[in-house]
Amino acid sequence: MNVLIVAAKEIHQAIRNRWVLAATLLLAGLALSLSFLGSAPTGNVGVRALDVVIVSLSSLTIFLVPLIALLISHDAIVGEMERGTMLLLLSYPVARWQVLLGKFLGHLAVLAFATCLGYGLAVGALAATGSHIDTDSLLAFMAMIGSSVLLGAAFVAIGYLVSALVRDRGTAAGICIGLWLLLVLIYDMALLGVLALDQGRNISPTALNAMLLSNPTDAYRLINLTGFANVSTFAGMAGLAQSTSLTVPVLLAALLCWTMVPLALAALAFSRREL
Amino acid sequence: MKTVRISGVTKDYGSVKAVRDASFELNEGELVALIGHNGAGKTTLMKLMLGLIRPTGGSIEVLGDNPAAGEFAGRRQLGYLPENVSFDAALTARETQAFYARLKREPVATALDLLDTVGLGAASRRRVGTYSKGMRQRLGLAQALIGRPRVLLLDEPTTGLDPELRQTFYDVIQRLAADGATVLLSSHVLTELEERAGRVIIMNRGIKVADGSIAELRRLAQLPTRIRLKVSGLAPSELPGWAPQDVTCRRLNGHIVEIDAAPERKIELLHRATALGNSVEDVDVVPPSLDELYAHFLRQSEQA
Repeated sequence: MNVLIVAAKEIHQAIRNRWVLAATLLLAGLALSLSFLGSAPTGNVGVRALDVVIVSLSSLTIFLVPLIALLISHDAIVGEMERGTMLLLLSYPVARWQVLLGKFLGHLAVLAFATCLGYGLAVGALAATGSHIDTDSLLAFMAMIGSSVLLGAAFVAIGYLVSALVRDRGTAAGICIGLWLLLVLIYDMALLGVLALDQGRNISPTALNAMLLSNPTDAYRLINLTGFANVSTFAGMAGLAQSTSLTVPVLLAALLCWTMVPLALAALAFSRREL
Repeated sequence: MKTVRISGVTKDYGSVKAVRDASFELNEGELVALIGHNGAGKTTLMKLMLGLIRPTGGSIEVLGDNPAAGEFAGRRQLGYLPENVSFDAALTARETQAFYARLKREPVATALDLLDTVGLGAASRRRVGTYSKGMRQRLGLAQALIGRPRVLLLDEPTTGLDPELRQTFYDVIQRLAADGATVLLSSHVLTELEERAGRVIIMNRGIKVADGSIAELRRLAQLPTRIRLKVSGLAPSELPGWAPQDVTCRRLNGHIVEIDAAPERKIELLHRATALGNSVEDVDVVPPSLDELYAHFLRQSEQA
């Protein structure tokens, strides 16, 4: 009950602060422009437009959704402590884990709303302009929306963990930017570099799988680019899809772990903090 | 009935000892003033009672709960107004008040009525971000009063309030105390507390240096009561002849003679002053104020 009260307030605030509006507009704008620009190279004949959109949109999601998630989550705890609102809230009959979970649900709802509406618009626009959309593509697209929300959840949880550990907001923001750069850009480049140097001599497929699972953005990428046969042919990932033994359930479990573990650690760190 | 029990509580922040071995109990229906310098440990004591921080040593019980153990059932009957209270700027006062009422499982409509009690009225539909310090303080009071709390902890509640609202504020908390609530309030404005607080706890550098009603503290302090007499027929620097040698006497201005009277000699001195006929035109008896008592106990604890 307390969790829902806190979540409702968090959503209310996000609407007031125009976070919801900003996130939805950003995602919708990008999804729309990708669905029209993205189909330009393939034309309208033969190729299913939605599959192309999934490939380009999921690549974009990897950059954008973690960024939005970290932006809303990095000051959830340390920011409220600095502003002094946490002091009053915790004097109420509400446990700290309830505050954290409530905020999580609220922020997740905002992110889910923005993603569903923003990306849903892209499908709507494609359908309205007369592109043929079959069930396979639609399923893959819905899976992409779902996994995007899950990716967002993982980064909201990571943001909370940072927020629960540091002393001031500036530090939280700095660490979050660093984490974003690391997980979204640097990790993959480093991985590619290592793989290219190694030429498959020392790194076994199991080790590669472990390395892919230890970054939530890679788990997300694999779900969307290799999870559906119709999409993976466009993604240029068909080769990887055959060589990796990571199935969609394993990848989803990895993303869930990336949400639950940081969230649990954040709750632990928060419960030990003194105000 | 005891609502708050503090026994042997110590709280260290690193090497800083914020509270040292403090013990006291608060009763139902008591209006207690907690006074002390900045950093004397007042806010720390309140945070300990709320369970926001854990004591380094000793034990605390508030409404039957141990607040530091994460038990929070008792907090439903507890009101708190932090020093420098702040709220989420994006929400209006009504939305904020409704949120806090829901957390306490109290009817939202009654909680919203409190906004009128503290005089927010029409402004309560505006965002808190647009509020002045005084208006935020009013909202802070309104949220602390949600659900007729049995224990009210108010940290510097009257800063930023105009005189009229101060009056309303003291009326409200005196009514609550009369109904059996325990009110603990810290303040720097000692003159305000003098007539209102039934009990005073003085803190200095984390140590409780005095605890009792103002009358008890006066007895303990043995500070002189000042008797001011308006006397006619005395030369400007002359002291009245009837004043005993062992009593300090001074002239304040052309007409006033001030005598420092030990509490037990007050009546004797008044008798002497009036015994000699009609040279005394007016009398004022000024007992030591809370300010003076506070200064006295601080000096005493510094010397100890």
